[in-house]
Amino acid sequence: MADKKATRESYGLALAELGEKYDILVMDADLSKSTKTDTFKKKFPERFINTGIAEGNMIATAAGIASTGRVVFASSFAMFAAGRAFEQIRNSVAYPNLNVKIGATHAGISVGEDGASHQCLEDIGIMRTIPNMVIINPADHWEAMKAVEAAVKYEGPVYLRFGRLAVPMMFDENYEFEIGKGVTLKDGTDATIVATGLMVPEAVEAAKMLQEEGLNVGVINIHTIKPIDKDIIKAAAEKTGAIVTAEEHNVIGGLGSAVAEVLCETCPCPLLRVGTQDVFGRSGKPAELLEMYGLTAKNIAENVKKAIALKK
Amino acid sequence: MNKNEIALHAYKARKHALTGIFNAQSGHPGGSLSICDILSVLYFEVMNVDPKNPKMEDRDRFVLSKGHCAPALYATLAERGFFPVEDVHTLRRTDSYIQGHPDMKGIPGVDMSTGSLGQGISAANGMALAGKLSNKDYRVYSILGDGELEEGQVWEAAMFAAHYKLDNLTAFVDYNGLQIDGKITDVMNSEPIDDKFRAFGWNVIVIDAHNYDAILEAIEEAKATKGKPTMILAKSVKGKGVSFMEGSPAWHGAAPNQEQFDQAIAELDATIKGLEA
Repeated sequence: MADKKATRESYGLALAELGEKYDILVMDADLSKSTKTDTFKKKFPERFINTGIAEGNMIATAAGIASTGRVVFASSFAMFAAGRAFEQIRNSVAYPNLNVKIGATHAGISVGEDGASHQCLEDIGIMRTIPNMVIINPADHWEAMKAVEAAVKYEGPVYLRFGRLAVPMMFDENYEFEIGKGVTLKDGTDATIVATGLMVPEAVEAAKMLQEEGLNVGVINIHTIKPIDKDIIKAAAEKTGAIVTAEEHNVIGGLGSAVAEVLCETCPCPLLRVGTQDVFGRSGKPAELLEMYGLTAKNIAENVKKAIALKK
Repeated sequence: MNKNEIALHAYKARKHALTGIFNAQSGHPGGSLSICDILSVLYFEVMNVDPKNPKMEDRDRFVLSKGHCAPALYATLAERGFFPVEDVHTLRRTDSYIQGHPDMKGIPGVDMSTGSLGQGISAANGMALAGKLSNKDYRVYSILGDGELEEGQVWEAAMFAAHYKLDNLTAFVDYNGLQIDGKITDVMNSEPIDDKFRAFGWNVIVIDAHNYDAILEAIEEAKATKGKPTMILAKSVKGKGVSFMEGSPAWHGAAPNQEQFDQAIAELDATIKGLEA
């Protein structure tokens, strides 16, 4: 087994596997080779619908399909799903609460060479403001696989956020996934890192680095950004008194904002947010970009120390 | 059902739609009045629907892509027995379920929530394609505005319907030539509409939107047309049935005052009386 896999690969594999069990339909807007829905298409060509390069039309068509009782996945890059098709998602899917699952791949700066036009760092913020929407941002292959099945079983719209870059496998096939339930990966006493997506392994690494400096820092994986697990965040704030969020998204509107909302309303404490700092990305190799924009274990660890200092 | 009865439902629907708009002092009378005849033919003669079981799985579907003309749809659904006609008169009120634009979750008989132009026709495509993929023989109907054709998504949907050979889809354009800011040809000329849809691979029929025989014949032709969707360009009079509203863009989104309302109702009542005689 490879130790790394991109969650977009997992998305395609999950669809192909679930296609055996569930009568799902899968749509794509001419990006099936990139979103990996072609894995499903090869196995179930009669249940695959290509809309061509027309994301808004794809989403509203998916709404019509869902209105007849079929479960449908509509796939594109995060930029064009959450961005281009925002209003179709808002009005045709979320408002009537239809059973459309949006599979958004190529989220975040780790898209790499394609550059800013394709590096969606706003999608969580956009989707979070829409009533009825569930947002899931899996951290690894297994979490992605489980998330896709959870989305099939869930009645209502779901936004699934996947990445292009191969990321470390953290879990295994016995991993238990529940929508809306945060996962404690490490307990701590001095501070807690709340991370999502590919920043989860970085958060674990940061906690290890801090351990060597004598700091006991907890790590929570938030795969479901909406509805967010308020209890786990509140408990972490009460126990450790300092929080650092880590996400591959603009710090405005994403996980950092969501956690800030929970903390302010339940248990105010120092909070620092690691993510892109309200800037656009640029072309480059994914690893270089993650480093350049501070999406690293090292930067998380530095922020944890700052957050702990703020406690005094 | 004979033509007279279809017309009677259409004119009663006009009256209820206008009453709702007047009570709310808000809504879109012009385009609502222009589509009442098509809606009456669809709901009283053509579509397989059951007011007692609005979510019947194999029902024919209707999507009002020009969602702002919801009062006409509500009034027709009420005439058909989906809910009391009095409810149409509570349009756009906080204490009513009759929303400003079609709401499929809260209003019996509404098959798709619409209001943002260009999206309804895509949803209708989705229903039609799902019908084919699920081996259902229901048909899907939709009405677009001619102004709505300026939305790019309509043409994405037009490509899609032809590509997937959605011959179970019949769409209408409420072809009244007017939009909020004036004449279609002045604001953004979408002509020639018939040639455009033909070029996109549709079967195109041009009719008078207020001629019941023509509407019915066009629908029959659409049913008989295999391998492609049908677009019925229905030449209509915006504000049809109320003399001072006819052919005026000013009545696109304005409610009548008491005096205008009284005159409108008097005119519609006279027509209804004539049809009942």
